[in-house]
Amino acid sequence: MDQLTTLWDTFFNWQSMRQALPDMLKTGLPNTLILSIISALIGTVLGMLLAMAGTSRHRWLRWPARVYTDIFRGLPAVVTILLIGVGLSQIGMKVWGPNPYPLGILALSLIATAYIGEIFRSGIQSVDPGQLEGSRALGFSYSAAMLLVIIPQGIRRVLPAWVNQLIALIKDSSLVYFLGLAAGQRELFRIGQDAAANTGNESALLLAGIFYLVLTVPLTHFVNFVDHRLRQGRRTRTGPPNADEVLMVAGETPLPATSEGTK
Amino acid sequence: MTEEQRQSEQEETFSSVSLATRDIHLAFGDNRVLRGVDLDVEKGRTACVIGPSGSGKSTFLRTINRLIEPDKGDVLLDGVSVLDRDPDRLRQQVGMVFQQFNLFPHMNVLRNLMLPLRRIRKLSADEAEQEARHQLELVGLADKAGSRPGHLSGGQQQRVAIARALAMRPQVMLFDEATSALDPELVKGVLSLMADLSKQGMTMVVVTHEMGFAREASDVVVFLDQGVAVESGPPEKIFDAPDSPRLRQFLSDVL
Repeated sequence: MDQLTTLWDTFFNWQSMRQALPDMLKTGLPNTLILSIISALIGTVLGMLLAMAGTSRHRWLRWPARVYTDIFRGLPAVVTILLIGVGLSQIGMKVWGPNPYPLGILALSLIATAYIGEIFRSGIQSVDPGQLEGSRALGFSYSAAMLLVIIPQGIRRVLPAWVNQLIALIKDSSLVYFLGLAAGQRELFRIGQDAAANTGNESALLLAGIFYLVLTVPLTHFVNFVDHRLRQGRRTRTGPPNADEVLMVAGETPLPATSEGTK
Repeated sequence: MTEEQRQSEQEETFSSVSLATRDIHLAFGDNRVLRGVDLDVEKGRTACVIGPSGSGKSTFLRTINRLIEPDKGDVLLDGVSVLDRDPDRLRQQVGMVFQQFNLFPHMNVLRNLMLPLRRIRKLSADEAEQEARHQLELVGLADKAGSRPGHLSGGQQQRVAIARALAMRPQVMLFDEATSALDPELVKGVLSLMADLSKQGMTMVVVTHEMGFAREASDVVVFLDQGVAVESGPPEKIFDAPDSPRLRQFLSDVL
Protein backbone atom coordinates (compact mmCIF):
# COMPACT_ATOMS: atom_id res chain seq x y z
CA MET A 1 0.00 0.00 0.00
CA ASP A 2 2.84 2.31 0.84
CA GLN A 3 4.49 1.61 -2.47
CA LEU A 4 1.29 2.37 -4.34
CA THR A 5 0.99 5.71 -2.56
CA THR A 6 4.57 6.54 -3.51
CA LEU A 7 3.93 5.57 -7.12
CA TRP A 8 0.79 7.69 -7.21
CA ASP A 9 2.68 10.57 -5.65
CA THR A 10 5.42 10.30 -8.26
CA PHE A 11 3.01 11.14 -11.05
CA PHE A 12 0.08 12.86 -9.44
CA ASN A 13 1.48 15.12 -6.76
CA TRP A 14 -1.02 17.98 -7.04
CA GLN A 15 1.16 20.26 -4.98
CA SER A 16 4.08 19.92 -7.48
CA MET A 17 1.75 20.44 -10.39
CA ARG A 18 0.18 23.50 -8.86
CA GLN A 19 3.61 24.99 -8.27
CA ALA A 20 4.71 24.43 -11.88
CA LEU A 21 1.45 25.54 -13.47
CA PRO A 22 2.01 29.34 -13.48
CA ASP A 23 5.42 28.99 -15.17
CA MET A 24 4.01 26.58 -17.71
CA LEU A 25 1.18 28.93 -18.62
CA LYS A 26 3.17 32.15 -18.57
CA THR A 27 6.51 30.98 -19.94
CA GLY A 28 6.49 27.40 -21.21
CA LEU A 29 3.36 27.43 -23.34
CA PRO A 30 4.10 30.73 -25.15
CA ASN A 31 7.70 29.64 -25.79
CA THR A 32 6.67 26.25 -27.15
CA LEU A 33 4.13 27.98 -29.39
CA ILE A 34 6.71 30.52 -30.59
CA LEU A 35 9.17 27.77 -31.47
CA SER A 36 6.59 25.57 -33.21
CA ILE A 37 4.58 28.18 -35.05
CA ILE A 38 7.52 30.12 -36.47
CA SER A 39 9.27 26.90 -37.48
CA ALA A 40 6.05 25.61 -39.03
CA LEU A 41 5.64 28.77 -41.09
CA ILE A 42 9.24 28.79 -42.29
CA GLY A 43 9.24 25.01 -42.83
CA THR A 44 6.05 25.16 -44.88
CA VAL A 45 7.25 27.96 -47.14
CA LEU A 46 10.70 26.41 -47.64
CA GLY A 47 9.13 22.96 -47.94
CA MET A 48 6.96 24.26 -50.77
CA LEU A 49 10.03 25.61 -52.55
CA LEU A 50 11.87 22.35 -51.91
CA ALA A 51 8.97 20.37 -53.37
CA MET A 52 8.93 22.59 -56.45
CA ALA A 53 12.65 22.10 -56.88
CA GLY A 54 12.23 18.37 -56.31
CA THR A 55 9.62 18.08 -59.05
CA SER A 56 11.38 20.45 -61.41
CA ARG A 57 12.24 19.47 -64.96
CA HIS A 58 15.79 20.67 -64.37
CA ARG A 59 18.29 18.26 -62.92
CA TRP A 60 20.30 21.07 -61.30
CA LEU A 61 17.25 21.88 -59.17
CA ARG A 62 16.10 18.31 -58.50
CA TRP A 63 19.51 17.08 -57.43
CA PRO A 64 20.22 19.63 -54.65
CA ALA A 65 16.65 19.15 -53.39
CA ARG A 66 17.29 15.43 -53.14
CA VAL A 67 20.55 15.90 -51.25
CA TYR A 68 19.00 18.42 -48.87
CA THR A 69 16.11 16.10 -48.09
CA ASP A 70 18.37 13.10 -47.55
CA ILE A 71 20.58 15.00 -45.12
CA PHE A 72 18.00 16.73 -42.96
CA ARG A 73 15.59 13.82 -42.94
CA GLY A 74 18.35 11.37 -42.23
CA LEU A 75 19.94 13.12 -39.25
CA PRO A 76 18.50 12.77 -35.74
CA ALA A 77 16.76 16.04 -34.89
CA VAL A 78 18.94 16.55 -31.83
CA VAL A 79 22.12 16.28 -33.93
CA THR A 80 20.88 18.93 -36.34
CA ILE A 81 19.81 21.18 -33.47
CA LEU A 82 23.17 20.89 -31.72
CA LEU A 83 25.22 21.26 -34.92
CA ILE A 84 23.37 24.42 -35.87
CA GLY A 85 22.57 25.79 -32.42
CA VAL A 86 26.03 25.26 -30.96
CA GLY A 87 28.07 25.23 -34.15
CA LEU A 88 26.77 28.58 -35.34
CA SER A 89 26.42 30.16 -31.88
CA GLN A 90 29.50 32.36 -32.36
CA ILE A 91 27.94 33.94 -35.41
CA GLY A 92 24.59 34.07 -33.65
CA MET A 93 26.15 35.82 -30.68
CA LYS A 94 27.33 38.65 -32.92
CA VAL A 95 23.98 39.05 -34.66
CA TRP A 96 21.40 38.68 -31.88
CA GLY A 97 23.31 38.06 -28.68
CA PRO A 98 23.11 35.04 -26.38
CA ASN A 99 19.60 34.00 -27.38
CA PRO A 100 19.38 30.34 -28.50
CA TYR A 101 15.95 30.82 -30.09
CA PRO A 102 16.90 32.08 -33.56
CA LEU A 103 19.27 29.17 -34.15
CA GLY A 104 16.87 26.73 -32.51
CA ILE A 105 14.08 27.92 -34.79
CA LEU A 106 16.44 27.76 -37.76
CA ALA A 107 17.34 24.15 -36.98
CA LEU A 108 13.70 23.13 -36.41
CA SER A 109 12.70 24.90 -39.65
CA LEU A 110 15.39 23.17 -41.69
CA ILE A 111 14.29 19.78 -40.37
CA ALA A 112 10.61 20.56 -40.98
CA THR A 113 11.47 21.77 -44.50
CA ALA A 114 12.88 18.36 -45.41
CA TYR A 115 9.81 16.46 -44.22
CA ILE A 116 7.22 18.93 -45.48
CA GLY A 117 9.05 19.15 -48.81
CA GLU A 118 8.75 15.39 -49.18
CA ILE A 119 5.06 15.51 -48.27
CA PHE A 120 4.32 18.22 -50.82
CA ARG A 121 6.46 16.52 -53.46
CA SER A 122 4.59 13.24 -53.13
CA GLY A 123 1.30 15.15 -53.36
CA ILE A 124 2.32 17.02 -56.48
CA GLN A 125 3.57 13.85 -58.14
CA SER A 126 0.36 11.99 -57.33
CA VAL A 127 -1.67 14.32 -59.57
CA ASP A 128 -2.80 12.62 -62.77
CA PRO A 129 -0.35 13.53 -65.59
CA GLY A 130 -3.41 14.21 -67.74
CA GLN A 131 -3.94 17.37 -65.68
CA LEU A 132 -0.63 18.79 -66.86
CA GLU A 133 -1.28 17.71 -70.43
CA GLY A 134 -4.78 19.18 -70.34
CA SER A 135 -3.44 22.48 -68.99
CA ARG A 136 -0.63 22.66 -71.53
CA ALA A 137 -3.11 21.92 -74.33
CA LEU A 138 -5.09 25.01 -73.32
CA GLY A 139 -1.98 27.16 -73.70
CA PHE A 140 -0.70 27.34 -70.13
CA SER A 141 3.07 27.42 -69.80
CA TYR A 142 4.65 24.66 -67.73
CA SER A 143 5.09 26.91 -64.70
CA ALA A 144 1.58 28.39 -64.94
CA ALA A 145 0.11 24.89 -65.21
CA MET A 146 2.08 23.78 -62.14
CA LEU A 147 1.13 26.83 -60.07
CA LEU A 148 -2.53 27.09 -61.05
CA VAL A 149 -3.55 23.49 -61.57
CA ILE A 150 -1.12 20.83 -60.40
CA ILE A 151 0.23 22.17 -57.10
CA PRO A 152 -3.17 23.20 -55.65
CA GLN A 153 -4.47 19.68 -56.30
CA GLY A 154 -1.34 18.00 -54.96
CA ILE A 155 -1.26 20.03 -51.74
CA ARG A 156 -4.91 19.36 -51.02
CA ARG A 157 -4.28 15.63 -51.02
CA VAL A 158 -1.46 15.73 -48.50
CA LEU A 159 -2.93 18.18 -45.99
CA PRO A 160 -3.39 15.39 -43.40
CA ALA A 161 0.29 14.42 -43.69
CA TRP A 162 1.22 18.09 -43.39
CA VAL A 163 -0.73 18.47 -40.14
CA ASN A 164 1.01 15.35 -38.84
CA GLN A 165 4.28 17.11 -39.48
CA LEU A 166 3.12 20.10 -37.44
CA ILE A 167 2.43 17.72 -34.56
CA ALA A 168 5.95 16.33 -34.86
CA LEU A 169 7.26 19.88 -34.84
CA ILE A 170 5.48 20.74 -31.59
CA LYS A 171 7.07 17.70 -29.96
CA ASP A 172 10.51 18.34 -31.44
CA SER A 173 10.48 21.93 -30.18
CA SER A 174 11.32 20.45 -26.76
CA LEU A 175 14.78 19.56 -28.11
CA VAL A 176 15.98 23.17 -28.09
CA TYR A 177 16.60 22.73 -24.37
CA PHE A 178 19.88 21.15 -25.50
CA LEU A 179 21.03 24.63 -26.48
CA GLY A 180 20.77 25.88 -22.90
CA LEU A 181 17.84 28.09 -21.95
CA ALA A 182 17.68 30.98 -19.49
CA ALA A 183 14.74 30.89 -17.04
CA GLY A 184 12.48 32.99 -19.24
CA GLN A 185 13.39 31.04 -22.38
CA ARG A 186 12.32 27.67 -21.07
CA GLU A 187 9.58 25.86 -22.97
CA LEU A 188 7.07 23.33 -21.62
CA PHE A 189 9.40 20.38 -21.36
CA ARG A 190 12.22 22.26 -19.67
CA ILE A 191 9.92 23.79 -17.06
CA GLY A 192 8.42 20.39 -16.31
CA GLN A 193 11.85 18.82 -16.14
CA ASP A 194 13.24 21.52 -13.83
CA ALA A 195 10.26 21.30 -11.51
CA ALA A 196 10.53 17.53 -11.47
CA ALA A 197 14.17 17.78 -10.48
CA ASN A 198 13.37 20.27 -7.69
CA THR A 199 10.42 18.40 -6.23
CA GLY A 200 11.82 14.90 -6.61
CA ASN A 201 8.67 13.64 -8.38
CA GLU A 202 7.62 13.53 -12.01
CA SER A 203 4.27 15.26 -11.61
CA ALA A 204 5.36 18.53 -13.21
CA LEU A 205 6.79 16.61 -16.18
CA LEU A 206 3.48 14.79 -16.47
CA LEU A 207 1.77 18.16 -16.48
CA ALA A 208 4.07 19.25 -19.32
CA GLY A 209 3.05 16.07 -21.13
CA ILE A 210 -0.60 17.02 -20.67
CA PHE A 211 0.11 20.44 -22.17
CA TYR A 212 1.65 18.75 -25.24
CA LEU A 213 -1.38 16.50 -25.57
CA VAL A 214 -3.70 19.49 -25.32
CA LEU A 215 -1.84 20.96 -28.30
CA THR A 216 -1.39 17.81 -30.39
CA VAL A 217 -4.55 15.77 -29.82
CA PRO A 218 -6.90 18.40 -31.29
CA LEU A 219 -4.55 18.62 -34.27
CA THR A 220 -4.70 14.83 -34.65
CA HIS A 221 -8.45 15.02 -34.72
CA PHE A 222 -8.29 17.90 -37.13
CA VAL A 223 -6.23 15.65 -39.44
CA ASN A 224 -8.85 12.94 -39.19
CA PHE A 225 -11.56 15.49 -39.91
CA VAL A 226 -9.74 16.82 -42.98
CA ASP A 227 -8.97 13.30 -44.14
CA HIS A 228 -12.58 12.28 -43.70
CA ARG A 229 -13.78 15.32 -45.58
CA LEU A 230 -11.47 14.61 -48.50
CA ARG A 231 -12.54 10.97 -48.63
CA GLN A 232 -16.20 11.82 -48.37
CA GLY A 233 -15.88 14.35 -51.11
CA ARG A 234 -14.46 11.62 -53.27
CA ARG A 235 -17.21 9.22 -52.35
CA THR A 236 -20.06 11.56 -53.17
CA ARG A 237 -18.32 12.45 -56.39
CA THR A 238 -18.52 8.87 -57.61
CA GLY A 239 -21.84 8.10 -55.98
CA PRO A 240 -25.26 8.22 -57.56
CA PRO A 241 -26.51 11.62 -58.73
CA ASN A 242 -29.29 13.30 -56.86
CA ALA A 243 -32.86 13.16 -58.10
CA ASP A 244 -33.03 16.34 -60.15
CA GLU A 245 -29.75 15.45 -61.81
CA VAL A 246 -31.26 12.15 -62.91
CA LEU A 247 -34.15 13.98 -64.53
CA MET A 248 -31.81 16.43 -66.19
CA VAL A 249 -29.55 13.84 -67.75
CA ALA A 250 -32.22 11.31 -68.57
CA GLY A 251 -30.50 8.43 -70.28
CA GLU A 252 -27.09 9.33 -68.94
CA THR A 253 -25.59 7.71 -65.87
CA PRO A 254 -22.45 8.92 -64.19
CA LEU A 255 -19.27 6.97 -64.80
CA PRO A 256 -18.33 4.79 -61.85
CA ALA A 257 -15.01 6.59 -61.64
CA THR A 258 -13.17 9.27 -63.52
CA SER A 259 -9.44 9.43 -63.92
CA GLU A 260 -9.40 11.94 -61.11
CA GLY A 261 -11.85 10.05 -58.99
CA THR A 262 -9.90 6.81 -58.92
CA LYS A 263 -6.74 8.44 -57.63
CA MET B 1 -28.47 27.09 -98.70
CA THR B 2 -25.75 27.52 -101.29
CA GLU B 3 -22.20 26.45 -100.65
CA GLU B 4 -21.15 30.09 -100.51
CA GLN B 5 -23.72 30.97 -97.88
CA ARG B 6 -22.67 27.95 -95.89
CA GLN B 7 -19.08 29.09 -96.17
CA SER B 8 -19.78 32.62 -94.99
CA GLU B 9 -21.85 31.42 -92.07
CA GLN B 10 -19.00 29.16 -91.04
CA GLU B 11 -16.61 32.04 -90.99
CA GLU B 12 -18.80 33.88 -88.57
CA THR B 13 -18.97 30.90 -86.23
CA PHE B 14 -15.29 29.93 -86.16
CA SER B 15 -12.15 31.48 -87.50
CA SER B 16 -10.81 28.09 -88.49
CA VAL B 17 -7.85 27.53 -90.76
CA SER B 18 -6.45 24.71 -92.86
CA LEU B 19 -4.13 22.18 -91.30
CA ALA B 20 -1.43 20.05 -92.85
CA THR B 21 1.30 17.80 -91.55
CA ARG B 22 4.36 16.96 -93.60
CA ASP B 23 6.43 13.84 -93.12
CA ILE B 24 6.08 13.65 -89.32
CA HIS B 25 8.62 11.32 -87.76
CA LEU B 26 8.91 10.39 -84.11
CA ALA B 27 10.78 7.66 -82.28
CA PHE B 28 10.84 6.78 -78.58
CA GLY B 29 14.25 5.13 -78.39
CA ASP B 30 14.21 2.27 -80.87
CA ASN B 31 10.45 2.39 -81.16
CA ARG B 32 9.64 4.31 -84.33
CA VAL B 33 6.13 5.47 -83.53
CA LEU B 34 5.56 7.76 -86.50
CA ARG B 35 7.28 7.16 -89.81
CA GLY B 36 6.41 10.01 -92.09
CA VAL B 37 2.77 10.97 -91.61
CA ASP B 38 1.16 13.41 -94.05
CA LEU B 39 -2.27 14.86 -93.47
CA ASP B 40 -4.21 17.58 -95.25
CA VAL B 41 -7.35 19.08 -93.78
CA GLU B 42 -8.92 21.98 -95.59
CA LYS B 43 -10.29 24.89 -93.63
CA GLY B 44 -13.56 23.93 -91.97
CA ARG B 45 -13.21 20.24 -92.78
CA THR B 46 -13.03 17.22 -90.53
CA ALA B 47 -10.45 14.46 -90.76
CA CYS B 48 -10.86 11.21 -88.87
CA VAL B 49 -7.81 9.17 -88.01
CA ILE B 50 -8.55 5.48 -87.57
CA GLY B 51 -6.32 2.50 -86.99
CA PRO B 52 -5.48 -0.30 -84.59
CA SER B 53 -4.32 0.36 -81.01
CA GLY B 54 -0.67 1.34 -80.89
CA SER B 55 -0.67 2.56 -84.47
CA GLY B 56 0.48 6.02 -83.30
CA LYS B 57 -2.85 7.87 -83.68
CA SER B 58 -2.80 9.66 -80.33
CA THR B 59 0.91 10.40 -80.59
CA PHE B 60 0.39 11.84 -84.04
CA LEU B 61 -2.36 14.10 -82.72
CA ARG B 62 0.00 15.39 -80.00
CA THR B 63 2.64 16.33 -82.53
CA ILE B 64 0.14 18.67 -84.18
CA ASN B 65 -0.05 20.97 -81.13
CA ARG B 66 3.48 20.05 -80.09
CA LEU B 67 2.54 18.42 -76.81
CA ILE B 68 5.09 16.00 -78.24
CA GLU B 69 7.79 17.49 -80.45
CA PRO B 70 8.27 15.50 -83.65
CA ASP B 71 11.82 14.42 -84.50
CA LYS B 72 11.32 15.49 -88.07
CA GLY B 73 8.62 16.98 -90.23
CA ASP B 74 6.43 20.04 -90.16
CA VAL B 75 2.95 21.13 -89.19
CA LEU B 76 1.31 23.89 -91.22
CA LEU B 77 -1.57 26.02 -90.02
CA ASP B 78 -3.04 28.05 -92.85
CA GLY B 79 0.06 27.11 -94.83
CA VAL B 80 2.48 28.48 -92.23
CA SER B 81 4.84 26.27 -90.26
CA VAL B 82 4.12 26.13 -86.53
CA LEU B 83 7.59 25.00 -85.56
CA ASP B 84 8.93 28.55 -85.27
CA ARG B 85 6.07 29.64 -83.06
CA ASP B 86 5.90 29.73 -79.31
CA PRO B 87 4.29 26.36 -78.42
CA ASP B 88 2.08 27.97 -75.76
CA ARG B 89 0.69 30.43 -78.31
CA LEU B 90 0.21 27.60 -80.79
CA ARG B 91 -1.79 25.56 -78.29
CA GLN B 92 -4.20 28.43 -77.73
CA GLN B 93 -4.99 28.24 -81.42
CA VAL B 94 -5.30 24.46 -81.46
CA GLY B 95 -7.92 23.17 -79.05
CA MET B 96 -7.66 19.63 -77.79
CA VAL B 97 -10.11 17.26 -76.16
CA PHE B 98 -8.90 14.15 -74.35
CA GLN B 99 -10.21 10.69 -73.67
CA GLN B 100 -10.09 11.36 -69.91
CA PHE B 101 -11.51 14.92 -70.23
CA ASN B 102 -8.76 16.36 -68.01
CA LEU B 103 -11.08 18.84 -66.36
CA PHE B 104 -9.70 20.35 -63.18
CA PRO B 105 -11.44 18.36 -60.43
CA HIS B 106 -10.78 20.89 -57.67
CA MET B 107 -12.78 23.71 -59.25
CA ASN B 108 -16.35 23.92 -60.44
CA VAL B 109 -17.34 23.87 -64.09
CA LEU B 110 -17.54 27.65 -64.41
CA ARG B 111 -14.06 28.13 -62.96
CA ASN B 112 -12.71 25.39 -65.22
CA LEU B 113 -13.67 27.60 -68.14
CA MET B 114 -12.82 30.91 -66.54
CA LEU B 115 -9.27 30.01 -65.49
CA PRO B 116 -7.82 29.83 -69.01
CA LEU B 117 -10.03 32.71 -70.17
CA ARG B 118 -8.61 34.93 -67.47
CA ARG B 119 -5.04 33.73 -67.47
CA ILE B 120 -4.49 33.07 -71.16
CA ARG B 121 -6.99 35.20 -73.02
CA LYS B 122 -6.52 37.83 -70.27
CA LEU B 123 -10.22 38.64 -70.00
CA SER B 124 -11.55 40.50 -66.99
CA ALA B 125 -13.50 38.48 -64.43
CA ASP B 126 -16.81 39.73 -65.81
CA GLU B 127 -15.91 39.08 -69.43
CA ALA B 128 -14.55 35.66 -68.60
CA GLU B 129 -17.67 34.68 -66.72
CA GLN B 130 -19.89 35.90 -69.51
CA GLU B 131 -17.88 33.98 -72.11
CA ALA B 132 -17.76 30.85 -69.94
CA ARG B 133 -21.51 30.86 -69.39
CA HIS B 134 -22.06 31.44 -73.09
CA GLN B 135 -19.91 28.45 -74.02
CA LEU B 136 -21.65 26.26 -71.44
CA GLU B 137 -24.95 27.24 -72.93
CA LEU B 138 -23.77 26.18 -76.38
CA VAL B 139 -23.05 22.67 -75.10
CA GLY B 140 -26.31 22.58 -73.13
CA LEU B 141 -24.80 22.66 -69.66
CA ALA B 142 -25.48 26.19 -68.45
CA ASP B 143 -27.20 24.77 -65.37
CA LYS B 144 -24.04 22.86 -64.36
CA ALA B 145 -21.85 25.95 -63.94
CA GLY B 146 -21.67 25.53 -60.16
CA SER B 147 -21.02 21.76 -60.13
CA ARG B 148 -17.70 20.08 -59.63
CA PRO B 149 -16.66 17.95 -62.64
CA GLY B 150 -16.79 14.83 -60.47
CA HIS B 151 -20.51 15.34 -59.96
CA LEU B 152 -21.21 15.21 -63.68
CA SER B 153 -21.62 12.19 -65.90
CA GLY B 154 -18.77 11.34 -68.26
CA GLY B 155 -20.75 12.69 -71.19
CA GLN B 156 -21.35 15.98 -69.42
CA GLN B 157 -17.70 16.22 -68.42
CA GLN B 158 -16.62 15.74 -72.00
CA ARG B 159 -19.04 18.43 -73.17
CA VAL B 160 -17.59 20.79 -70.56
CA ALA B 161 -14.11 19.93 -71.83
CA ILE B 162 -15.20 20.77 -75.36
CA ALA B 163 -16.71 24.06 -74.15
CA ARG B 164 -13.48 24.88 -72.32
CA ALA B 165 -11.44 24.25 -75.46
CA LEU B 166 -13.84 26.27 -77.64
CA ALA B 167 -13.74 29.18 -75.21
CA MET B 168 -10.14 29.73 -76.27
CA ARG B 169 -11.43 30.42 -79.81
CA PRO B 170 -9.25 27.79 -81.47
CA GLN B 171 -8.66 27.68 -85.22
CA VAL B 172 -8.40 23.90 -85.19
CA MET B 173 -9.76 21.27 -82.80
CA LEU B 174 -8.14 17.94 -82.02
CA PHE B 175 -10.12 15.08 -80.47
CA ASP B 176 -8.22 12.20 -78.94
CA GLU B 177 -10.64 9.28 -78.59
CA ALA B 178 -13.08 11.69 -77.00
CA THR B 179 -15.75 9.05 -76.44
CA SER B 180 -13.61 6.02 -75.56
CA ALA B 181 -13.91 6.49 -71.81
CA LEU B 182 -17.67 6.98 -71.90
CA ASP B 183 -20.40 4.49 -71.10
CA PRO B 184 -22.09 3.45 -74.34
CA GLU B 185 -25.26 5.43 -73.69
CA LEU B 186 -23.29 8.66 -73.25
CA VAL B 187 -21.36 8.41 -76.51
CA LYS B 188 -24.11 9.70 -78.74
CA GLY B 189 -24.47 13.11 -77.09
CA VAL B 190 -20.77 13.87 -77.39
CA LEU B 191 -20.56 12.63 -80.97
CA SER B 192 -23.53 14.75 -82.01
CA LEU B 193 -21.88 17.80 -80.44
CA MET B 194 -18.72 17.02 -82.41
CA ALA B 195 -20.74 16.57 -85.59
CA ASP B 196 -22.36 19.97 -84.95
CA LEU B 197 -18.96 21.60 -84.65
CA SER B 198 -17.92 19.95 -87.86
CA LYS B 199 -21.02 21.25 -89.63
CA GLN B 200 -20.44 24.73 -88.26
CA GLY B 201 -17.08 24.82 -89.97
CA MET B 202 -14.51 23.95 -87.34
CA THR B 203 -11.37 22.38 -88.76
CA MET B 204 -11.09 19.11 -86.86
CA VAL B 205 -8.80 16.14 -86.54
CA VAL B 206 -10.59 13.31 -84.79
CA VAL B 207 -8.86 10.17 -83.55
CA THR B 208 -11.68 7.74 -83.05
CA HIS B 209 -12.84 4.16 -82.83
CA GLU B 210 -16.35 5.23 -83.79
CA MET B 211 -16.50 4.08 -87.40
CA GLY B 212 -20.07 5.35 -87.75
CA PHE B 213 -18.93 8.86 -86.85
CA ALA B 214 -15.93 8.63 -89.18
CA ARG B 215 -18.17 7.61 -92.03
CA GLU B 216 -20.87 10.24 -91.47
CA ALA B 217 -19.13 13.30 -90.11
CA SER B 218 -15.72 13.33 -91.74
CA ASP B 219 -14.58 14.74 -95.05
CA VAL B 220 -11.43 12.68 -95.10
CA VAL B 221 -10.43 9.50 -93.31
CA VAL B 222 -6.85 8.49 -92.65
CA PHE B 223 -5.95 4.92 -91.82
CA LEU B 224 -2.83 4.87 -89.67
CA ASP B 225 -0.96 1.63 -89.07
CA GLN B 226 2.47 1.18 -87.52
CA GLY B 227 3.18 4.89 -87.77
CA VAL B 228 2.35 5.19 -91.45
CA ALA B 229 -0.72 6.69 -93.09
CA VAL B 230 -1.43 3.57 -95.12
CA GLU B 231 -4.45 4.94 -96.90
CA SER B 232 -6.51 8.09 -96.88
CA GLY B 233 -9.47 9.46 -98.77
CA PRO B 234 -13.14 10.34 -98.50
CA PRO B 235 -15.07 8.09 -96.12
CA GLU B 236 -17.01 6.32 -98.89
CA LYS B 237 -13.74 5.30 -100.50
CA ILE B 238 -12.10 4.18 -97.24
CA PHE B 239 -15.04 2.21 -95.92
CA ASP B 240 -16.59 0.88 -99.11
CA ALA B 241 -13.63 0.38 -101.40
CA PRO B 242 -10.44 0.06 -99.36
CA ASP B 243 -7.33 -0.57 -101.45
CA SER B 244 -4.82 -1.93 -98.98
CA PRO B 245 -5.09 -5.40 -97.43
CA ARG B 246 -4.23 -3.95 -94.00
CA LEU B 247 -7.15 -1.55 -94.06
CA ARG B 248 -9.46 -4.31 -95.30
CA GLN B 249 -8.28 -6.50 -92.44
CA PHE B 250 -8.75 -3.67 -89.91
CA LEU B 251 -12.25 -2.90 -91.12
CA SER B 252 -13.27 -6.54 -91.02
CA ASP B 253 -11.96 -6.67 -87.42
CA VAL B 254 -13.85 -3.61 -86.18
CA LEU B 255 -17.05 -3.56 -88.20
